[in-house]
Amino acid sequence: MIAALPMNAVPSSHGKGVLPALRRIPGPSRRRGIVQKIGFTALGACMAANIVFLGAIIFFIAAKGLSAISWEFITQAPRDAMTAGGVAPAIVGTLYLTLGAILFALPLGVACAVYLTEYSPRGWIVNVLRISINNLAGVPSVVFGLFGLTVFVKYLGFGVSILSGSLTLGILALPVIISASQEALVAVPQSIREASLALGATQWKTIRKVVLPAALPGILTGVILSIGRVAGETAPILFTAAAFYLKGYPDSVFSEVMALPYHIYALMTEGTHPEEQTVMAYGSSLLLLALVLGLSMLAIYIRQRQRKAYHA
Amino acid sequence: MHDAVIDYDKQMGMENFHPSLVKGAVGINSGSLCDAEVFGAAPKITARGVNFYYGAKKALNNINIGFSPRQVAAIIGPSGCGKSTFIRLLNRMHELVPGTRLEGEILLDGLDIVSPACDAAALRKRVGMVFQKPNPFPKTVFENIAYGLEVNGVTDRHFIEEKVVDSLKKAALWGEVKDRLKDSALGLSGGQQQRLCIARCLAVEPEVLLFDEPCASLDPISTAKIEELILELKREYAIVIVTHNMQQAARVSDRTAFFLMGDLIEEGRTDIIFKAPRDRRTEDYITGRFG
Amino acid sequence: MHRHFDDELRQLRGELVRMADMAQSAITQAVEALKNLDKDAAQRVIDSDVGMDSLELVIDDKCLDLIALHQPMAGDLRFITTAIKLNAELERIGDLAVDVAQRAIEVADKPLLKPLVDIPRLADAAKRMTGQAIEAFVSGDTALAKKVILSDSEADELKRRIEKELVYDYMVKDGSTADRAVPLLLAARHLERVCDHAVSMAEDIVYMVSAVVVRHHPEELK
Repeated sequence: MIAALPMNAVPSSHGKGVLPALRRIPGPSRRRGIVQKIGFTALGACMAANIVFLGAIIFFIAAKGLSAISWEFITQAPRDAMTAGGVAPAIVGTLYLTLGAILFALPLGVACAVYLTEYSPRGWIVNVLRISINNLAGVPSVVFGLFGLTVFVKYLGFGVSILSGSLTLGILALPVIISASQEALVAVPQSIREASLALGATQWKTIRKVVLPAALPGILTGVILSIGRVAGETAPILFTAAAFYLKGYPDSVFSEVMALPYHIYALMTEGTHPEEQTVMAYGSSLLLLALVLGLSMLAIYIRQRQRKAYHA
Repeated sequence: MHDAVIDYDKQMGMENFHPSLVKGAVGINSGSLCDAEVFGAAPKITARGVNFYYGAKKALNNINIGFSPRQVAAIIGPSGCGKSTFIRLLNRMHELVPGTRLEGEILLDGLDIVSPACDAAALRKRVGMVFQKPNPFPKTVFENIAYGLEVNGVTDRHFIEEKVVDSLKKAALWGEVKDRLKDSALGLSGGQQQRLCIARCLAVEPEVLLFDEPCASLDPISTAKIEELILELKREYAIVIVTHNMQQAARVSDRTAFFLMGDLIEEGRTDIIFKAPRDRRTEDYITGRFG
Repeated sequence: MHRHFDDELRQLRGELVRMADMAQSAITQAVEALKNLDKDAAQRVIDSDVGMDSLELVIDDKCLDLIALHQPMAGDLRFITTAIKLNAELERIGDLAVDVAQRAIEVADKPLLKPLVDIPRLADAAKRMTGQAIEAFVSGDTALAKKVILSDSEADELKRRIEKELVYDYMVKDGSTADRAVPLLLAARHLERVCDHAVSMAEDIVYMVSAVVVRHHPEELK
């Protein structure tokens, strides 16, 4: 906030020069210093609020669920009508579903992003496509679930299975990956592409050998974001993959699977022994958080390595 | 003897199509009182009747010019005169921008390179380009130079290694990076990066080198190094350099062309252009009278 | 577009004109001293040469500055290199005027050998050619410069006539006139050298304006 400079002449002490004498530009005033301090404090307070919320959630879940965590809980299948044992199959199921979704969405999403940024004509077509992708992101997840039920489970006949669940979740993850990839590709400087083309490379070689490697960190960011999204979704897997109580671990992509988000939901709503099962639900929540965090950390680690390798 | 002198520069615009050599000619009033010069042989790359449009706007107007091998040709002119636009036609980089139209011919060794029958990628292997801002790939030094070879189908590891060393030596960079081949190219200084880009170009064995204001973002010492390099490279390649620095054009080139607002105003031997240009506009530009 | 550099060039031009004026007046005064057997006038000419010498150094230095600091090109470059050459020529013209003044001192104590007619004529030619050369320099007039070059033959002819007269009509007939004739002979030679310098200046000026070399190439004088 610079004070307005009065341009009308104020008689200066030496009276020489052609310019009208200006009042001296005020240096940093005490008032301005205070305003800055207030501003930064407010920003700090907002940040603190964020951390408080996150911390509160973790704390809350941990407080209620930590007692359920044990080695048995993590590695054993449930028994005694879900009142004892562990949630290992659900962990495994969530892992399979998440990885399956990424496996499906990543190549498709990156290819789509490559097409949009590198090959498509400029103009209104790209805008239409972009709007469509964003709208896809806005579709409620339960609608995804119904879609998956109709198309993958029933029409294509995959049945309630990891396959159906992964595909449904994949479609959920698609917009996130496409957006992040697009941004990453656009951020690659045009000068790099020109350099490659000027050496006699075709456009495809340029993309494959120069642009994509350079955009990898950004693409991995998309993966990280989508992991968080996908691992925790309940509605899409409700009709397409999840079951409450299974005897063992899934033996093929066509089998049903337990999953942590659904397990938590089921424990709280269909459980027959609320006291123990509530605790188990919190325990499962804690595990889910840990899983998501773990997968994210892995992806971040990979991204860091890529950044170091390619960006000096 | 005077009659026998073919007064090249008195036939402006036509000399570029004279394939003859003029040995023993002492160009008196067409040139300097220096020793006999051998003008270049038939031009390596030629533009004939080139008109170029960005959409509806005409950027280049009936350009006729040729560039001979083993010579450095400089293109000078004020901002927006079309010199960068023109040089990018020579390796079809203008195709990266949508909505452009090129009329006329551009011939490399007599073959039209603008026609769709000519493969752009193959052309760019023969006509290399170094850009204004150094643009090394975010890869190691070695990978940068090997890239050109790999995309052109070379797989022999041994050959690639030899070529990398050879190109770095030719670009006067070998001594500075021989212990850093596995380091990221982005860790080099600006001048080194630009020489790396030159080495990268040289690795694919081009015949023509295009420099688009190569020293614009470099400090004076790096600039001097690259100018020396260009004078060395002149022995093997046909070189075209666009520069807004007239002193650089004077130092480095054998022939100079002056562009103004899309027109080729004057082209000739560098010493003549800078001692006694024929066109008033050239004189005004060179002496800094342009507003 | 106004350039600061143009002001410097204008200043340089002015100083060369001054140099030329000094040279011309030196010639005039030296020949007057010769005609009038005026030792004092001759001495004044000799003394004032020092002014030309120091002006020559100033101009040389200024030219070097302009080259080092401005990297002149094309017309500007030719202007400055020509200025350096004109500077040297004018200074030598000044020295030749001093030589004539010294010849005047040599003959001042003796009666005049003959009324001087051709020598003043030759001096006028020298002054005129120098003046025209410097005018051609200032106005960029190559036609005038070419005129100067072509009028050298007239000066040569005058000198030959003077020599013939002094040698055959005086020295051969009466050897004792040598001590008065020889200085006059030498003075004529000095004045003819002035004309040569003026011609050299004119040749440089033609190159400066039109980039055509006429030195040693008289066929280009068309």
